[in-house]
Amino acid sequence: MPSRTVTISNRLGLHARPAMMLAECANGFACAVTIRRDGTDEAIDGKSIMQLLMLAGTCGTTLEIIADGADADAALDALVSLVESGFDDE
Amino acid sequence: MKLREIVVEKAIVPSLSGLKRDEVLAELLDALVAADAAPTAHRDALLKGIIARERRGSTGFGHGVAVPHVKTAEVPSIRVAVGISETGIDFGALDKQPVHSVFLLLSPESRPEEHIDAMEAIFANLSRDQFRRFLRQASTADDVLTLLEEADAAQAG
Repeated sequence: MPSRTVTISNRLGLHARPAMMLAECANGFACAVTIRRDGTDEAIDGKSIMQLLMLAGTCGTTLEIIADGADADAALDALVSLVESGFDDE
Repeated sequence: MKLREIVVEKAIVPSLSGLKRDEVLAELLDALVAADAAPTAHRDALLKGIIARERRGSTGFGHGVAVPHVKTAEVPSIRVAVGISETGIDFGALDKQPVHSVFLLLSPESRPEEHIDAMEAIFANLSRDQFRRFLRQASTADDVLTLLEEADAAQAG
């Protein structure tokens, strides 16, 4: 399964609005999206805002995004660039 | 982070009287003010901030729960009020369902990690069906406190 790692770079971290943006982005793809904090086993559903908020994604946290499905590569590109963009925060 | 440490005991409202979103936001903020957990002088500005945040996008993330919040310089640490509505409130939730459980957060703007950790602690529990059901059934502040303590103990274990 294709996966990518990306580090949260916006100062405020993965708070509600970025979580919503990520979930919306993930929901735009047919593939399954799971995300976990790099180095941990527990993965959450990247299409659920509530579960994204359970990642405790502070600034500097590295995430591993895993996609499974026909459009997995496109989903990973979009999700990684969204996190790297800093969510247009602040 | 433990729920019991961030939820202000005297700001637990087991039976919200407000029927509209903004009434409930005011009711919970006023509970924090009455408990000396939020400064009276900034009450109006805080309420304005909470409502403005809600207008930018509902914090009703589904399953009958909402987590309105504002980042502010006026609190030294995170302060949370909890309200329960039997009738349900229209928060313009993502799943269009009425909200029965509200966690209102005042977060210190200089410490964003604290806000992120509080959201984690809250949703680690609110994502569980059983916790949401028990919370909605709680009829006294003591019921809510007991539930929060049990949730903290379960997360620690």
